[in-house]
Amino acid sequence: MESFVNETLVRGLMHENPATYEYTWLVQVVWMVTLAFLAGTFGAVISGIYTWTERRMAGRIQSRIGPNRVGPAGFLQWIVDAVKLLLKEDLTPKDADPILFKIAPYFVFLGFVMTFVALPFSASFVAADLNVGIFYILAITALVVVGVLMSGWASNSKWALFGGIRSAAQVVSYEIPAGLSLLVPVMMAGTLSTQGLIQFQGGPQDGAWWQVGGWFWNWTAFANPMAFVAFFIFFIASLAEGNRTPFDLPEAESELVAGFFTEYSGMRFAVFTLVEFGNIWVMSALAVILFLGGWEIPGVSHAQIAASPWYGYSLISGGIFVLKTLLMSLVVMWIRWTLPRIRVDQMMNICWKYLVPISMVLVVLTAANELLMAWASPLVLSLLHIVFFAMAGLLPAVLFFKQTFKNIRLMGDRVDLSNW
Amino acid sequence: MSATQEYVQNIRDTVTSFWHGMSITLSHMFRRPMTVQYPDRVDVPVRDTLPPRYRGFLEMDSAICTLCQACERACPIACIAIEIEKDPANPKQRIMTRFDIDAAKCMYCGLCVEQCPTGALQHTREFEGTMVNIANLTFRFVDPTKPVTAYKLPKGAESYPRRMLGEIVQQQMRAWDAPPPPFIPEEPAPAVAAAPAKAEEKAQ
Repeated sequence: MESFVNETLVRGLMHENPATYEYTWLVQVVWMVTLAFLAGTFGAVISGIYTWTERRMAGRIQSRIGPNRVGPAGFLQWIVDAVKLLLKEDLTPKDADPILFKIAPYFVFLGFVMTFVALPFSASFVAADLNVGIFYILAITALVVVGVLMSGWASNSKWALFGGIRSAAQVVSYEIPAGLSLLVPVMMAGTLSTQGLIQFQGGPQDGAWWQVGGWFWNWTAFANPMAFVAFFIFFIASLAEGNRTPFDLPEAESELVAGFFTEYSGMRFAVFTLVEFGNIWVMSALAVILFLGGWEIPGVSHAQIAASPWYGYSLISGGIFVLKTLLMSLVVMWIRWTLPRIRVDQMMNICWKYLVPISMVLVVLTAANELLMAWASPLVLSLLHIVFFAMAGLLPAVLFFKQTFKNIRLMGDRVDLSNW
Repeated sequence: MSATQEYVQNIRDTVTSFWHGMSITLSHMFRRPMTVQYPDRVDVPVRDTLPPRYRGFLEMDSAICTLCQACERACPIACIAIEIEKDPANPKQRIMTRFDIDAAKCMYCGLCVEQCPTGALQHTREFEGTMVNIANLTFRFVDPTKPVTAYKLPKGAESYPRRMLGEIVQQQMRAWDAPPPPFIPEEPAPAVAAAPAKAEEKAQ
């Protein structure tokens, strides 16, 4: 990104030498702020779009249709909802702590939107490629808990307080398996930077066409069994951190009205909802960055991406990243409409008795594996990855879709994508 | 079962239940939703899918009404209003000047239909009577300016010539949706513009 600012902006647009021009730093800061603003805006828009996607998806899963009247396929529904929420009265309960109650949504929103600083979108589009990127994201998402606890306490309502306390317990617990399973790709790649973690999944750069770039077998998830299991643990833990079903205990609408944001209305309520849905993007993007190959293009090396103009491979890489993340978000929603909510004690059981010990074992095994596989040449490694991908990725996928179509047949139905 | 076995069994149960549960929900994604998008996105009007003995709005065909008033007497809530008087031109002739059914009051019991000797009064399958003003829900089957005389039953007849069921009600319901007459009567066209028009008429 620095080279982009230096070469394209300073040299190309301003006709200055970036090495001697005294305002190069300013151009870089302005560019970073612009990118961060774009990324943050994207976060707000995508969470709106997710509300529509989620409702449509829930509809299909429950043999309904979902909102389909406003705009093509009901797509503009989320704008209508936002306008409605903007026009609602912004109430503060009489016995609430007025200051804490009012600033709590900002903390939650800040914890969400700050993650976009280090979340990459393509080979060249990242607001700041921090060398501790993934650590930063993990740390900044914890800010959401502060806002949630604050809103739970300040509302002066037992439902909100229950929700806040549950959320704190849940997020703090699940940080541990998330962090431990995240160590697996970090150890394999040897970096904490989000771009570095993605570039690690580009395969051997000087290999044949089937070795280079973001082929399935180059993804961390299919590198070895440890990483494969770590992917699922990380995914489950990030579901819990994002308060998604089946871990939506903090807002459990059948028990706690709406949990920590019971007392909120109007746009403050909308901010909580925005963060909840925006977190789908964050957790899917993290899974894609760490385990599913990020923006790597199959068959294209980093040198080729760097050499192409911004509208070339760089744009394609962005498209690949967004597509993968959207597909991953669909999986998150799909899980929500499949599984019921778990109990509080079950939630703690899963974390401390299953996810934490297993991810610890995975970290040790990965370290051993890194030492063991040091002898293997890139070619042998690529072949091993392909074999493991066929076993762990392709075979289950084929079996799963066979099972799905069998389910359709067993119900005496057929594949029919009409009636939208 | 030892603790280790139970631990492994729990993990296996989780994976298999995920597998089957997710597969079932995914199978619903590929199937046609059950939703019927009433009222505007249906293949056939819902009226036509209803059973023939459905009790919708009442309809009276004045052409075969015998003026017996049995329906009015049968109605438990008096939602049928009939006015019969002597024809001023021919005092032996009885004429009906009014036959109103208040569909908003009607409870669709069907007692009046059972009393009707000719089948002039029958239930239709019309039911979509959303109104701005509830008074509009009163169906008027007789135009007071064109009074109706009694229908003479032909001897030995088993059926009587009735208009198609639902035709009259539909006609009245279309009038509900029609745009209202202009509140202010249109101003007469200025004389200058009117003159050439008259000239044209004369030429034709």
